[in-house]
Amino acid sequence: MDFSDSPKEAAFRAEAKAWLASNVPSAAELDGLDPLTAAKLWQKRKYDAGWACITWPKEFGGRGASAIEQVIWNQEESKFQGLPGGVFSIGQGMAAPTLMTWANDEAKARFIPKLASGEEIWCQLFSEPAGGSDLAALRTRAVKDGDEWVINGQKIWTSGAHYSDWAILVVRTDPSVPKHKGLTYFYINMKSPGVEVKPIKQISGEAHFNEVYFTDVRVPDSQRLGAVGQGWQVSLTTLMNERASIGAGGSAVGFDSVFKLAQKVEIDDRPAIENASVRAKLADWYCQESGLRYTAYRTLTALSRGAIPGPENSIGKLVGAPKTQDMASFAMDLLEQAGAIRDESLSEEMALYQNTYLSIPGLRIAGGTDEIMANIIAERVLGLPQDVRVDKGIPFSEVPTGGAK
Amino acid sequence: MNFEFSEDQNLLREQARGFLADNCPTTVVRKVLNAETGHDADLWRKVVDMGWTATAIPEEFGGLGLGYLELCVIAEELGRAVAPIPFSSSVYLATEALLLAGSQAQKEKWLPKLAAGEVIGTFAMAEGAGRTTAKSIKTRVSGGRITGTKVPVPDAAVAGIAVVLAGHNGGDGGTLCLVELGQGTSVTPVRTVDPSRGHAELRLDGAACEILGREGEGFTLTQTILDRAAVLFAWEQVGGSEAALEQARAYALGRYAFGRPIASYQAIKHKLANMYVKNTLARSNCYYGAWALNANAPELRVAAATARVSATQAYYFASKENIQTHGGMGYTWEFDCQFYYRRAKLLSVAIGSEALWQDRLITAIEQNTAA
Ligand SMILES: Cc1cc2nc3c(=O)[nH]c(=O)nc-3n(C[C@H](O)[C@H](O)[C@H](O)COP(=O)(O)OP(=O)(O)OC[C@H]3O[C@@H](n4cnc5c(N)ncnc54)[C@H](O)[C@@H]3O)c2cc1C
Repeated sequence: MDFSDSPKEAAFRAEAKAWLASNVPSAAELDGLDPLTAAKLWQKRKYDAGWACITWPKEFGGRGASAIEQVIWNQEESKFQGLPGGVFSIGQGMAAPTLMTWANDEAKARFIPKLASGEEIWCQLFSEPAGGSDLAALRTRAVKDGDEWVINGQKIWTSGAHYSDWAILVVRTDPSVPKHKGLTYFYINMKSPGVEVKPIKQISGEAHFNEVYFTDVRVPDSQRLGAVGQGWQVSLTTLMNERASIGAGGSAVGFDSVFKLAQKVEIDDRPAIENASVRAKLADWYCQESGLRYTAYRTLTALSRGAIPGPENSIGKLVGAPKTQDMASFAMDLLEQAGAIRDESLSEEMALYQNTYLSIPGLRIAGGTDEIMANIIAERVLGLPQDVRVDKGIPFSEVPTGGAK
Repeated sequence: MNFEFSEDQNLLREQARGFLADNCPTTVVRKVLNAETGHDADLWRKVVDMGWTATAIPEEFGGLGLGYLELCVIAEELGRAVAPIPFSSSVYLATEALLLAGSQAQKEKWLPKLAAGEVIGTFAMAEGAGRTTAKSIKTRVSGGRITGTKVPVPDAAVAGIAVVLAGHNGGDGGTLCLVELGQGTSVTPVRTVDPSRGHAELRLDGAACEILGREGEGFTLTQTILDRAAVLFAWEQVGGSEAALEQARAYALGRYAFGRPIASYQAIKHKLANMYVKNTLARSNCYYGAWALNANAPELRVAAATARVSATQAYYFASKENIQTHGGMGYTWEFDCQFYYRRAKLLSVAIGSEALWQDRLITAIEQNTAA
């Protein structure tokens, strides 16, 4: 066990640091660019220099770096605040590992490098009005027609569908068998005729996710991943990687920001940080953050020895999202009445805490809710029995439903 | 960077676990609890024979000269077994105090005896209720004689030597003293919430003592001793916490209510998942602590407090919810749930409460960011 850099790792860190120092886009360079263009600019620059998706093999645009080198890179890159990004996480974190596992060589060569370079953005067409937590209850239908499949139905909550080029998609190909057995997995071009994207406005007022409607959308059979009816297994590859990547993503609201805030604001004319209850809360959050960080590092050590991401990764999301929510709420309390102000020109750190307070509920739901994460840990890590399921073993077409209306 | 124990260390863990399964089943804990003997002398002798008390002591002082990672491995297993022996007092505290502050002569005299288990050591800090601060200490030392009352002192009834924190009018307000128990000292057992680990009141009536380190440095030295011990205590706590989760899991799978195993109800599933999450975070923080302790890294102060706070919380949670998972059975003297619940609280106040360590953590971070 050694938490410090080996000489080789130190050299890698120095190289990463040096490259970042001279290549991170300046504020002036990004000024006036929309977030998507800015994100693409930074991603392409990393890609051209071999710093994108560094653990991927060279032929896919990476540099075959080790998991530990990925940790080092993340540590160094995250030292620069406010770098554009975010839009690539679904493609790089979920679509790419699924393609790497299930696609043929031709498809891998065609799609994966463009995921690394950020030239093509992917979204995830999984959830439906009738199937969120219960993803396998989805109803969007695909029917075979010669060498093609014809798709009809609706997806919902699709993050980034409005700017995505491609998508991973699970659909029902056979309603006459039990629900997990009748699914098939495809990737599709978002510009296909018959695909219609409608934005959904969130609590925060923004619209990052969408409804996506399919009307007689034709997808070639060559875009199928896995066998017909094997869609659930392919989805699990995506979901395992989803939890790993969501868990790893940090929020700007964390120990460092709230600690600084507590040093700055006062309680009864003394810095808030001197207050015992403030200290106790901050200490707990520090312990959670640190525990998550070293749990992730330990997982990486295991991955670098050939393990695949397992259900243990659900911890990151299950702990991280509620922690961020509580910290944003607590930071607003520290501001007392002014905690309510969301006006960016008047509020601490351009309303970081208020904006986070409004956006964070989504993170406790996206990618599997807290309750589903707890179930996954209970069932797949601790080996406890599955919930009693009334839909088990019966044809999907006979399963009772009641949608979100 | 490498975030795992080595193969040798994992082998050591397997050996330790096997040894304790054979020699410290919970019947041994129960025996001490029933008889209120404070510790199991037989088990202690066997542990000494295994060389565990000598683990981190350098070879020149009769030890094995292994590192602290090995000691962490052993601590975890002792915690898992809820071992009723004076290991933490003698090894994490007294031995560490001597290694840190002892003169060459003091080390030569005592470390080989501690390594060989010929002498048991302890550490006497508290003087009744409240946090021990430089100001609160009433025990005084002068002219090589020490006077005062320390309570509770773990394992005082079986200890041959005690490292005692006395007050001092200058310096940092404290002086560490090495006291041979016997002449001028008296020990009165006190009941604690965990009678499987003996505690006592230690009265010092002008007992002969030697200064450990320098006069007026004792409070500062104590902080370092506590940081180092905190990592080892945290490993014991994580070991116990994991055992509590395993016990809860086994019971939940076997106990039926309303025609189903109680482990199939989400309230129970999520409770156990929650234990697993807390245990995992604590364990990962303990890794960090183990590394910092072993490398004597500048990060030790933060790492130790982080490990300590999360392990304290995890063990408390797992031990109380283990009882809850067992229903009425969990509340009985007959069932083993009580061992974890008792030990969790004993360990959580042993070297300072959760709140104290939360405060130490933030203080350490403040110092780092100010530097
Ligand atoms: C910000 C955001 C972005 C998203 N992005 C995408 C995306 O890009 N692509 C995509 O496909 N989907 C996306 N989703 C959808 C997301 O995966 C689902 O919302 C989520 O899985 C929950 O499903 P649901 O909304 O249908 O809620 P439901 O499944 O109806 O859940 C409602 C409540 O019931 C609880 N519940 C459900 N089942 C159980 C159970 N078995 N045990 C205990 N409690 C249960 C849930 O925990 C929740 O509290 C996104 C969601 C959000 C909020």
